[in-house]
Amino acid sequence: MYKYDNYDQTIVDERVAQFRDQTARFLAGQLSEEEFRPLRLMNGLYIQRYAPMLRVAIPYGLLSSQQLRMLAHISRKYDKHYAHFSTRQNVQFNWPALETVPDILADLARVEMHAIQTSGNDIRNTTSDQFAGIAVDELEDPRPYCEIIRQWSTFHPEFSFLPRKFKIAVTGAVHDRAAVKVHDIGLFLVKNDAGEIGFNVVVGGGLGRTPFIGPSIRPFLEKQHLLSYLEAILRVYNRFGRRDNIYRARIKILVNDLGKEEFTRQVEAEWNHIKDSVLKLDQQEIERMKSFFTAPDYDQNAAEDNSFEAAEKSNKAFATWVKRNLFVHKIAGYKAVIISLKAPGIAPGDATDEQMDHIADLADHYSYGEIVVTHDQNLVLPNVKQADLFDLWQKLSAKHLATANIGLLTDMICCPGLDFCSLANAGSIPIANQINEKFDDIDYLHDIGDIKIKMSGCMNACGHHHVGHIGILGVSKKGEEFYQLTLGGSSENDACLGERLGPAVAKKEVANVIARLLDVYVEQRQEEERFLDTFRRIGIKPFKDRVYPKQPVKEEACANH
Amino acid sequence: MRIIKDKKIIDDDWSLVRDIDSSAPLPDGNVILPFMYWQENRDALLKQNATHAVWIDGDIETEKLVSYLEYYALIALDFPVFKDGRSYTHARLLRERYGFKGDLRAIGEVLRDQLFFLQRCGIDSYQLREDKDAEDALKGFEDFTVCYQAAADDVVPVYKSRR
Repeated sequence: MYKYDNYDQTIVDERVAQFRDQTARFLAGQLSEEEFRPLRLMNGLYIQRYAPMLRVAIPYGLLSSQQLRMLAHISRKYDKHYAHFSTRQNVQFNWPALETVPDILADLARVEMHAIQTSGNDIRNTTSDQFAGIAVDELEDPRPYCEIIRQWSTFHPEFSFLPRKFKIAVTGAVHDRAAVKVHDIGLFLVKNDAGEIGFNVVVGGGLGRTPFIGPSIRPFLEKQHLLSYLEAILRVYNRFGRRDNIYRARIKILVNDLGKEEFTRQVEAEWNHIKDSVLKLDQQEIERMKSFFTAPDYDQNAAEDNSFEAAEKSNKAFATWVKRNLFVHKIAGYKAVIISLKAPGIAPGDATDEQMDHIADLADHYSYGEIVVTHDQNLVLPNVKQADLFDLWQKLSAKHLATANIGLLTDMICCPGLDFCSLANAGSIPIANQINEKFDDIDYLHDIGDIKIKMSGCMNACGHHHVGHIGILGVSKKGEEFYQLTLGGSSENDACLGERLGPAVAKKEVANVIARLLDVYVEQRQEEERFLDTFRRIGIKPFKDRVYPKQPVKEEACANH
Repeated sequence: MRIIKDKKIIDDDWSLVRDIDSSAPLPDGNVILPFMYWQENRDALLKQNATHAVWIDGDIETEKLVSYLEYYALIALDFPVFKDGRSYTHARLLRERYGFKGDLRAIGEVLRDQLFFLQRCGIDSYQLREDKDAEDALKGFEDFTVCYQAAADDVVPVYKSRR
């Protein structure tokens, strides 16, 4: 993984000093609440419902064991012994005191971490494929480019007061596991006809109130032009993005208002001015970045092990976990292990200090000391020998970290909701609990198979509900919590937005409604169809009819005439 | 008027005319005029004054100023609120693309914690918000000693220094 040099370390150290001073000036009354607000937000510090919330950056989701131990330490020393991993591969602390935040940042800086630009109207942490570097379907490792983008975007003097936040995702794989098309800029590493690798540039995707799947504005961008092209896009956005209405300020609105062609024309015109400037990357820098992300010293004989198969045959619980929680590795005899942070009764994405320390130890022992945070709020040990899997599983089980539910109904994406967030209209975590209680039959969950439930407590869509196979959006009606369901969304290569099922349902009914939707699926599915496939084949009507049986189907009557 | 220029606090004789009051004469001495007014009265102003200065806000594209840059000793960029970041781009375009060599001044809601970014975009003088202490604000220039990317102030990104 990337290692800081003196330049990087100086920047984070100076940031700590700067924020310590800003906090002191705020506490002394020299900075008003309004003046301090954007400063603390640029450091990931929100003032939430009960306490501040500090969001710490995990660049493209990659953590060393030492860094994870530091997160455990911080949760113990400054918080309530747990941390929350977010859908943007970051980590959040829900209970730090404002006065202690500079100390937390100083602790983070000791392990090459920071909270820079994890909030605010600036370029946020670049996200990527959780299986970067090990996936079979990968054209090229995206992480060197993520790090190049991280450095370029950190304290970018021109783009620190954008109309709104700005999120970039990069993937190098055929299968999009990073929701790339719903980012402000999405970059796909692709090969052109000449066999060269470059970027397909997608702009203007996003969720929130006005969800869009982003269009591609340049199907092939040479690598050397990566930063100049990003700078051109950001410059057009900074100049012309709307600033009069916070809900119309994301780049997706600009792209949509101008139209893809005109927006592209403006970006290309700007780019022509700067493409041969100092922003042009040279091969030496690309190679230098790549040198940080080399493969570990794999055991070439790893596939000769027989113990893994034997354990799988003799232990049903282990076999179930193997079926759900492993991902194919490009090296024979190795697997990527997904550690579920979705155990029943736990808020999705939460881990305790003890669990984090434990996972750090396991990463050192079994996976070259690296851990990856996934955008669906789980953790990955990317490089585990199959011979070690049974031991690892037992050790994970000992700390409630071996829930065999990856990709299943209970592997939900969930925002903090009304329990923590001051923007939320409704709770998310209580719904996650309700779903866990209703669907506690593990055999039933495995029979239902792959399904993505994504839940947000408000229109801001932190839980990505638009792209859930089943999306759940919390709304408030006269002070009461209701939930709007959508079906058929996806954030992968076939990205699309979910279709509204019907009127919002009462809080206590959410799990029951999901049960009815699943009944329709079980009755109608063919062969190996997933829920999403069945939905796409039969449409929303059978689901609608089951959930709202007594309502006259007005819309259909209209459509028929 | 006390302003910050080249990281020092100085007295400066430019007076900023925010709005043109057609019933009153323009103030004596060096004035910073609204660009639209200056453009409309260009011929008269060119005869009348030796030095010229205009101010623009984010709504006025820098391209509109390009053919007049030779006349201006100073261009002021307005920050109606500090989080309106358009003038950062305007500053870079004026300096880097259009080669403006005169004084680029930040006016409006100009605060200590923006100075570091503003100077990197090529702004060299600052009229702070009235209630702010200029001595204190000077510290804002010292926040960082290293920057990753090139901007108007520095043409070498840090990665080129790593060799």
